[in-house]
Amino acid sequence: MNDKPIYQRAWFFVLPVLVFVLFSSLIPMMTVVNYSVQDSMGQNNFFWNGAGWFQGLFDPTTDIGGRFAGALVRNLFFSLVVLLIEIPLGIAVALCIPRHGWQVGAVLVAIALPMLIPWNVVGTIWQIFARQDIGLLGAALNGLGIPYNDTQDPLSAWSTIVVMDVWHWTSMVALLCYAGLKAIPDAFYQAARIDGARRWAIFAKIEFPKLRKVLVIAVLLRFMESFMIYTEPMVVTGGGPGEATSFLSLDLVKIALGQVDLGNAAAMSLVYNLITLTLCWIFFTFTTHADQKGDA
Amino acid sequence: MKLSWRTLGMTLYLLALALPIYWLINMSFKSNIEINSGLSLWPHHPVLDHYEYIFTDPAWYNGFLNSITYVALNTVISVTIALPAAYAFSRYRFIGDKHLFFWLLSNLMAPPAVYAMPFFNLYSEVGLFDTVWAVALAHCLFNVPLAVWILEGFISGVPREIDETAAIDGYSFPRFFIKIFVPLIANGIGVAAFFCFMFSWVEQLLATTLTTVDAKPIVAVMTRAYSAAGMDWGLLAAAGVLTMIPGAIVIWFVRNHIAKGFALGRV
Repeated sequence: MNDKPIYQRAWFFVLPVLVFVLFSSLIPMMTVVNYSVQDSMGQNNFFWNGAGWFQGLFDPTTDIGGRFAGALVRNLFFSLVVLLIEIPLGIAVALCIPRHGWQVGAVLVAIALPMLIPWNVVGTIWQIFARQDIGLLGAALNGLGIPYNDTQDPLSAWSTIVVMDVWHWTSMVALLCYAGLKAIPDAFYQAARIDGARRWAIFAKIEFPKLRKVLVIAVLLRFMESFMIYTEPMVVTGGGPGEATSFLSLDLVKIALGQVDLGNAAAMSLVYNLITLTLCWIFFTFTTHADQKGDA
Repeated sequence: MKLSWRTLGMTLYLLALALPIYWLINMSFKSNIEINSGLSLWPHHPVLDHYEYIFTDPAWYNGFLNSITYVALNTVISVTIALPAAYAFSRYRFIGDKHLFFWLLSNLMAPPAVYAMPFFNLYSEVGLFDTVWAVALAHCLFNVPLAVWILEGFISGVPREIDETAAIDGYSFPRFFIKIFVPLIANGIGVAAFFCFMFSWVEQLLATTLTTVDAKPIVAVMTRAYSAAGMDWGLLAAAGVLTMIPGAIVIWFVRNHIAKGFALGRV
């Protein structure tokens, strides 16, 4: 990797990308920064508000601060739950993918399908599926005597959103792991068979170490997506009942587009963005460092 | 014994995936009277009314056309501009390359909700609001970095000797790139295009925020089924079923590369 030649004119190759991303990322970000330090009296009269919005945001006793802290805690908890279920389940599913024949293609297409469904349709599917009157899941659970109502009861709403996310994204973890498993040469398995290794030993000593690299990508992608989740809970619960499932993005959109509270929304956007970036960066550097140590 | 455990596990997983989808399809073939008159595991009096309605009402089928148009535009733009950049990141070192790469990836981590409001302002300002171009460009925010990331992985898998040999054989760079290099990483381009298609097709927040009337995507048109007269469940279900078809077709084409694609070419 380090023998790449130095070639400054390579900048011309990245120029188009740079222009596009400047237009669609940096300019919009500057408007957000702008709003976050100003207040408006209406009619586009803006005046300097310094760190006022941020002070409110970080103070849990204020209205906005309390909302933000609540949404942040809910969202972190949601991401954690989702990762704890999807990563092991995804590995298990990947181990179950057939190795030969036409079934391989068929299974890959079938498990990838949920990811290609527009997110609001995913929400719609689960909204219908979970209803107590016309949905199979809701009706079956109530029929079994389990009290379940995803629009009234916070626990039901939470479990519906978690199960929906597992349904939607476990396949991605599984496909990543499947790619990792396919990269293991047959000779490894043959050697293990000669040694008389048990199934668990094969997994722990051969398969899992090879999966480490793709699992880093999987955890990173799943964390990012679950931390930014908006559409699916919006359709299924609308953030309710009460505030039970209003995650960061839902709250932000409510403040920005619903209440057009630009100052608070902008401050929240910046902090939200920074939290996402920081968590990803910490995770990424931490795991790559651990990897280098492991290799040495 | 081992084989049967695997088959059992996979069967259970596939069943769990299929059940909610089956329920949606089931709904889409029922009349609203049948839906509201109680639970049934399959449509007793299957009707095609909802599908017929969608295919005859311009608001609905234009929604589909709009969505497909901006998804196609976005995919072409993203892959085209990401290709040279990915080549540069994979083959050369230059001032600021690592920072630029991380900055690009950081756009993948930016919540679309953060951009909803500023994009609304930006595209209104430049006069693209409520056009398919606004959505196509807005989706570049996450699709361009993603395409660069995927293509960089695939390009790094092609030995650099090929570039050098072509140069010795007298190929000019543009001719080498188009005639030799692009066919070599065709799989990678296919996978990148697949992911751009996927993320543009499934995204709803920006697509809805940036359009009002003329360029309304199907995901926004679907809210029409929530009317004052109550939910039109059958219509909603039929529209949902139709939105799954393009995705299913696209996966079928990339099925042999999909696993490696999800690993972003890094296995």
